[in-house]
Amino acid sequence: MIGIIRYGAGNIFSLTAALERLGIKYGMVYSETDFEQFDHYIIPGVGHAGAAMNKLQQTGMVDKIKSLKKPTLGICVGMQLLTSYSEEGNTDLLNIFPIKTLRFADSSEYKVPHTGWNEVNHGKDNALFKNIPTASHFYFVHSYFIEFNEAYTLASTAYSTKFSASIWKDNFFGVQFHPEKSGRYGEQLLTNFSNL
Amino acid sequence: MLSKRIIPCLDVKDGRTVKGVNFVDLRDAGDPVELAWNYSAQGADELVFLDITATHERRKTMVELVKAVARQINIPFTIGGGINEIADADALLNAGADKISINSAAVRNPALIDELAKAFGVQFVVIAVDTRRVGNGHVVHLNGGRIATGKQTFDWILEAESRGAGEILLTSMDHDGTKGGFDISFLKDVNEAVHIPVIASGGAGSVQHFVDVFEKTNVDAALAASVFHYGEILIPDLKEVLRQNNIEVRQL
Repeated sequence: MIGIIRYGAGNIFSLTAALERLGIKYGMVYSETDFEQFDHYIIPGVGHAGAAMNKLQQTGMVDKIKSLKKPTLGICVGMQLLTSYSEEGNTDLLNIFPIKTLRFADSSEYKVPHTGWNEVNHGKDNALFKNIPTASHFYFVHSYFIEFNEAYTLASTAYSTKFSASIWKDNFFGVQFHPEKSGRYGEQLLTNFSNL
Repeated sequence: MLSKRIIPCLDVKDGRTVKGVNFVDLRDAGDPVELAWNYSAQGADELVFLDITATHERRKTMVELVKAVARQINIPFTIGGGINEIADADALLNAGADKISINSAAVRNPALIDELAKAFGVQFVVIAVDTRRVGNGHVVHLNGGRIATGKQTFDWILEAESRGAGEILLTSMDHDGTKGGFDISFLKDVNEAVHIPVIASGGAGSVQHFVDVFEKTNVDAALAASVFHYGEILIPDLKEVLRQNNIEVRQL
């Protein structure tokens, strides 16, 4: 069963709706004592990374999250929280991945926010992308991105710069796109995660 | 590469779609959820629901609609129509809407854009602009193009961007309903001037009109209603032609 880590950042209606359509069981994690009953975790999040980190710190769950050994998936800002730092609010983050979250440069050719369906290229053989062809389209909407890194980037996407569409380290995963809004491949990814 | 988006727009009143729909064997052509599901299955990249309910129950019916759509549909959707304050937006966000579209409320109170962007992030805030040519200029109109405001469209769009709009939905009222093609020259000017995505609307009548709007203006998305609802253009056929013209589109 997946525990969704609740810290007051963003709505989760679409995520829980997707899990229900897929028949994946889930519950809510509000504090450290709630972790034990789950074997997977999702860290959702939309909005401002700095504000999200503040809220997460107020829950007192930061140390627990950093010590998790079970599969944990950060989505969008929930993924950015796993990195060391974000330019959004000039904020230090969880530092599970020693890489940074940066802002896309403004340009009329590459608009910000990066909004819409873009190709996700995954070269590494990983169960998170099982039965998802490389270069499948996923839905993105974000102004900040996680830098590309050979060691931690599980899948990349090209925009004004090549960035991490997905990251992976041990039991920690992150996706910048919204799997709950990314058609059947997004649903496949959520199913894959629940099967890890 | 980022795909160009194809967006069907559904008008909804009292929780039911209005305008005829005859493109598929729907059990209930007035059910917005079933219609949305069909568009999603055809390959629509996103949906816009325009709520034209005029009763005091509207927020409740909109929230119910958004929840029903979010439960069933796995692509993003925007809801617009009668969103006047933060509380409206908050209720719709919590019900599962990906974006809200604001039109006249933003014209009446531009600071609403700042408030919404600050509260929910720019990615949640679509500013819908209905424009009409007046003399050599373009002027913002309200109420489906019937009421002229004093605002120059170009200036208003730049103001909306600077206040925190995450996307512009630009409808040319001169082209809307004509099926004669999008307003290429104005869309091109606007698209080159802003740094946020632009959705073209008004005038779609043929597949070639979509090819033209993407090739000649480089807008991010194109929206249409009746050509999709009446089955005059099927989304898989449209996307195939776009692909043949080397325009990046999402494959299912």
